[in-house]
Amino acid sequence: MSLFSTLREKPWEPQPALAGHPTPADPLATPRTALRFIMAIVGVLFFLFIITFLSRSQYPDFQALAGQPWQPFSDTSRLWFNTALLAASSLAMHIAVLVAQREHLNRAVLGISLAVFFAIGFLLAQLDLWQRLMAAGYYINSNPANSYFYLLTAVHGLHLLGGMVVLANLLFRVWYDDSLATLSGPLSLCAQYWHFLLAVWLLLFALLASSPDTINTLAALCGF
Amino acid sequence: MQHTALADQTLELHDPHSFVTKYIWSQDHKVIAIQYGLTAVFVGLVALVLSALMRLQLGFPDTFDFITPGAYLQFVTMHGMIMVIYLLTALLLGGFGNYLIPLMVGARDMVFPYMNMLSYWMYLLSVIILLASFFVPGGPTGAGWTLYPPQAILQGTPGYDWGIILMLVSLAVFIIAFTMGGLNYVTTVLQARTRGMTLMRMPLTIWGIFTATVLGLLAFPALLVSAIMMLLDKTIGTSFFMPALVSLGENLDYTGGSPVLFQHLFWFFGHPEVYIVALPAFGMVSDVLACHARKNIFGYRMMVWAIVAIGGLSFVVWAHHMYVSGMHPAFGFFFATTTLIIAVPTAIKVYNWVLTLWQGNIHLRVPMLFAIGFIFTFIHGGLTGLFLGNVTIDLPLSDTYFVVAHFHMVMGVSPIMVLFAAIYHWYPLITGRMLNDALGKAHFWLTFLGTYAIYLPMHYLGFLGVPRRYFAMGSTDFIPESALSLNASITVSALIVGASQLIFLFNVFWSLRHGEKAPHNPWGATSLEWQTPDVPPKHGNWGPELPTVYRWAYDFSVPGAERDFIAQNEPPDAAHPTSGELGGAS
Repeated sequence: MSLFSTLREKPWEPQPALAGHPTPADPLATPRTALRFIMAIVGVLFFLFIITFLSRSQYPDFQALAGQPWQPFSDTSRLWFNTALLAASSLAMHIAVLVAQREHLNRAVLGISLAVFFAIGFLLAQLDLWQRLMAAGYYINSNPANSYFYLLTAVHGLHLLGGMVVLANLLFRVWYDDSLATLSGPLSLCAQYWHFLLAVWLLLFALLASSPDTINTLAALCGF
Repeated sequence: MQHTALADQTLELHDPHSFVTKYIWSQDHKVIAIQYGLTAVFVGLVALVLSALMRLQLGFPDTFDFITPGAYLQFVTMHGMIMVIYLLTALLLGGFGNYLIPLMVGARDMVFPYMNMLSYWMYLLSVIILLASFFVPGGPTGAGWTLYPPQAILQGTPGYDWGIILMLVSLAVFIIAFTMGGLNYVTTVLQARTRGMTLMRMPLTIWGIFTATVLGLLAFPALLVSAIMMLLDKTIGTSFFMPALVSLGENLDYTGGSPVLFQHLFWFFGHPEVYIVALPAFGMVSDVLACHARKNIFGYRMMVWAIVAIGGLSFVVWAHHMYVSGMHPAFGFFFATTTLIIAVPTAIKVYNWVLTLWQGNIHLRVPMLFAIGFIFTFIHGGLTGLFLGNVTIDLPLSDTYFVVAHFHMVMGVSPIMVLFAAIYHWYPLITGRMLNDALGKAHFWLTFLGTYAIYLPMHYLGFLGVPRRYFAMGSTDFIPESALSLNASITVSALIVGASQLIFLFNVFWSLRHGEKAPHNPWGATSLEWQTPDVPPKHGNWGPELPTVYRWAYDFSVPGAERDFIAQNEPPDAAHPTSGELGGAS
C-alpha cells in the first residue's frame, strides 16, 4: 500500500475486514526498518559535511589536496589501496551472506572473519595515511581542506567501528543462543550497512581527491 | 503490520526481578519515560530559576550585585538551551513519546528496549555534562543559545574556555541519546502496532510524536555537524567557522572561515527543532480536546496531512532566522514565502481545534483548561510569527523584545500548556491517582493569565526597539522611563508565574499518596492506553493477549451507542452501530 493511499483512508467510515493486517511474520522487518533510518541519518550527516565542504572551499584560504603535482593526492595510489581493502571487506561480507543463506555456516564464519580483517586493515591503512600526511606537514589545522580530510575520514571510520561492534554483538548472540541457522537474515542487514559505508567512502574519496576545478564546479552547482 | 516478537513472545520482555532492574537499569518504556520526565523537569526547574534571575536584573537593575553582565549572559544562554533541548525535546519525546507510543499503538514495549534504556542514560550523561559547566573555571558559556561563532569561542565571551566545550560535548551526547530513542519511536510505530491499528487509526498524539521524531532524526545531525566542527575550531585550531581575526592587537591563528556557515547549519537544525517541540504538542492537544469535548476531532485526515506537511516544510524555512545576517534578496523572498506557506497547514490545525470545540459537550476539567489555553497562546504566538516571517518587518524587529515575546508564546508557553494538559490528563494512568482539581485550576489561571502579563507587554517593548540580551538598558532617547516600569511589572509577573509552579509540583507529589484513587478510564477516553487491564499498566502492558483494534480513536458521542464513547478495542456488535461495525476480529 502506498503512502498516499494510506493517507487517503477514511478511518471514520465502516471498513469491512479492516480489523487487522495479517501479514506473514517477518522477524527482519523491525531491524530492517531501523537500518533504513540509520542509513538515512548517516546519509544526512555526511551530506551536511559535504555541503559545508563545498561552501568552505570557496574561501580563498582553501587549498585542495589534489590538482597540483606537489599535492599529496595528486598520486591517489594510497587511496586506491585503502579503497580496495574496504571493497574487499564488503565483498567478503556479501559472500558470507550468500553462503549463510545456504547454511554453509563454517564458510559464512570465514567470510565474516575476512570482512572484519579487511575492515580493520582499512582503518589501519587510513591511520597510516594520516601519519604520512602529518609527516609531510599536512596537519589538521594548517588548511581547511586538511581539516575536512581528517574529520571526514575519522567520522567514516567511527561508523565502520560501530558496524563492527554491532556485528560482534550479532555473532555473540547467535553463538550464545546456538541459533546459527538464523544468521543469514541479520547478517544480510550488516552487509547492507557495509555496502552503504563503502558507497559513502567512494563519495568522500572522489570529493577529497578532486582538483580545485572540480570542487569549484560542484560548489557552483550547489549555488556557492 | 505487526511485530510478532513483541506481540506474542512474552519471553522477549526481560521481566525485571530486582529493584535495580525495575526502577534504575529498567528496560520498561514506562519507567524510562518517567526517568526522562523527572530528569527533564529537574533540569527545567534549573532553567526556570535562571529566568527568574534574569528577570530580577532586568526589572530591578543595580539591585543584585551577584548578577554581573557576564553572569547575565550565562543565565540567558543556559536558560534557552535547557528549555529548548533538555526540557521540551526530552520531555515531549523521551517522556511522553516513551510512555504513550507502545500503549497507544498496542505494543508491549519499544522494539529495542535495551537501546531505549541506553538512550535515557546517555541523556542523563548529557545533562550532567551540561550542569557541570556551572562548576568549571569561567562557568558555563554565555554565547547565547545559538552559540554563534566567532564570539562563542573567543576571549571576552563568558565561558569561552571550558563552558563552551562542555556545552558542545553535552549537545553531541544528547544527540546520540536522542537518536537511540528516536530509532525506537519510529520503528515501534511502523512495526509494532497491534492487530487492526492501521496508520490512519492512530491517535494524533502518535502522528505528532512520529513526525517530530523523524524531523529530529534528520535535523539533529546538522547540530552534531556544527558542534563537532566548532569543537575542533576551539580545541585544535581548525578554521571551519572562524574567520581571520585580530584580537587584542594580535593576529589569531584562524584563517578565513565562515561564521555564516555555522548559522546555516544551526538553523537547518534550529527551525525543525521548533516543530520537533510543536508537533507532539499539536498531537496531544488534539486528543485532549476531543476527549474532553466528547466529540470526534474535526478533520482527522486534514490534521494528519497538516502534521506531515508542516514536517516537510519545516526543512525549507530555516534562513528566516538569518535575514539580518545578509543574504541574496531572492533567498530572502524564497524563505519569506515558504515561511508564510507553512502558516497554511498550521492555520488548518487551529481551525480544526476550534471546530472540534464547536457544539461539543465541553467539560472544563483542568486538562481541557490547559488545552484551550494553548489555543489562545498558540494563535497569539503564531500571528506574531507572520510579522517576523516577512523580511521587511523582521529587520527592524530583529533582536528586540518582540522576538522574545513571539518565540516564548509560540514555542515556550504553548508547548508547556500542552505539557500541563498532558500531565493532568495522563497522570491518573501513570500513577493510578487523580490530581487535585482545585489546585489544578489555581495552577492553570495563575499560569495562563501570568504568561500574558509577562509576554503581552514584551511585544510593546519590542516595538519601542528595546533590544534583547542586554544586561542593562542604560539611558537612551527611545526607551522611556515607562518602559523600565513595564520591565519591573513583567518581572513581578514572572516571579508569580514561577512560584505558581510550586502549586503544580506540590499537587503532583501530594497526589501520589493522597490523591483520589483513579477509576479505570476516568475521562471516558477511547484510545488504547486507557484500555489496559491494570492501571497503572504493568510490565508488558496488556496481560496475556494483545488488544485488537476495530476503529479510530475518536468515536465520541456516537448516536445510538450505550455510552458517549466507544473504545478502539471494543468489538463491534448491534449495540454500537458505528464505524468499524463490519470489521472482523480475524
